[in-house]
Amino acid sequence: MTDDATVTPRDWHSHPPYVHPDYKSTALRGPSKPLIPLPAGLGEITGPVYGHDSANELDADLTKNGVRNGEPLGERIIVTGQVKDERGRPVPNTLIEIWQANAAGRYVHAVDQHDAPLDPNFFGGGRCVTDAEGVYRFTTVKPGAYPWGNHHNAWRPNHIHFSLFGPSYLTRLVTQMYFPGDPLLDLDPIFLGTPEHARGRLVADFSLEVTEPDFALGYVFNIVLRGSATTPMER
Amino acid sequence: MDNPKSSGGQTPSQTVGPYFAYGLTPEQYGYPLKSIAGGTLVEEGTEGERIRIEGRVIDGHGAPISDAMIEIWQADFQGHYAHPHDTRGSNTGFRGFGRFGTGTDPENRFLFDTVKPGTTVDGQAPHINIIVFMRGLLSHAYTRLYFDDEVEANTTDPILNAVPANRRTTLIAERHIGPSGIVYRFDIHMQGPHETVFFNV
Repeated sequence: MTDDATVTPRDWHSHPPYVHPDYKSTALRGPSKPLIPLPAGLGEITGPVYGHDSANELDADLTKNGVRNGEPLGERIIVTGQVKDERGRPVPNTLIEIWQANAAGRYVHAVDQHDAPLDPNFFGGGRCVTDAEGVYRFTTVKPGAYPWGNHHNAWRPNHIHFSLFGPSYLTRLVTQMYFPGDPLLDLDPIFLGTPEHARGRLVADFSLEVTEPDFALGYVFNIVLRGSATTPMER
Repeated sequence: MDNPKSSGGQTPSQTVGPYFAYGLTPEQYGYPLKSIAGGTLVEEGTEGERIRIEGRVIDGHGAPISDAMIEIWQADFQGHYAHPHDTRGSNTGFRGFGRFGTGTDPENRFLFDTVKPGTTVDGQAPHINIIVFMRGLLSHAYTRLYFDDEVEANTTDPILNAVPANRRTTLIAERHIGPSGIVYRFDIHMQGPHETVFFNV
């Protein structure tokens, strides 16, 4: 199957640059020489295939997948959205991995030494696979803001990390979802490293339609991947 | 346009940050979640020459980076990718995807136990496709690993030939025979005089 096996280019007007001086650790880590153009070949239009067997229902419910002796603390939320490619086609059957801080702004990660409590009933990692229409859905708690060492009194806005494969090696995306109305967004060098016209794509919309009465607030975060070759058939 | 999301442009990349391990590489780091992929790509019956890929990710001051994550994507020993767009598919059951963080090895190496890939159908020299993620990298970086014992194939590889001659060596791994077998060493330099070639692909 090689028809339509093209991939739209990475849009460098939408993605952050490698070196963004306000985000200090980019200075020594971002490549400094020009990128070498590489025409997409077989190794690029293919990529790892993770279908519905790679996540179960519990994996998508972060309010349940880390429970030891009770419910996790915090504001319960639903995060859902559609994954499409740049050509407007849904991206079905693709794995999404997320990770986030707990409601107090603390990660389970051993390196996180922020003086905020861990929640014994919250792990913070989850997965799901998009359905036939490219739709995903997670239940979790709203992550807290937390301080970091970039500059004096630096705080990360509330965010959830997203990792997606899409249909090929070239559609790979790691990003962060932010929450509407967060005053920390205008102060965050990671968010602000994104070209201004594209920043809004990283901010979820509150949705009363997704909100479930007496249960959880709803947010919609749609994701657009590079337009790629025809989506692989399920095997 | 009031709603920028309706423009449909690519969702911007953001850094993987320092705390990816329990979400993306949980088993390697000892978190109670099954990993979707790790550093071992081979199983007992996997056909092909067993190799280990090892290397470090080096910052602009020459220091190894302890919170990078490397993903590899490769063909099997016959040069087949396990994906529907490779119409031959992998007939060896080899999946070809690995993921490893640099925070568990005392020397901050990434370590992959895999097989040496074959020449692919589009005539490219044996190579492994690599994606680099880390805190301080806002958009992931693509590079490739070639093999120093594939001199002839490397000479005619169209991608290597598109790279300035004085930078090609940054893409070529060195073969060594270690106590447990064949090891290819491949350091990734983010910056500096030996900055690895990264691709716009």
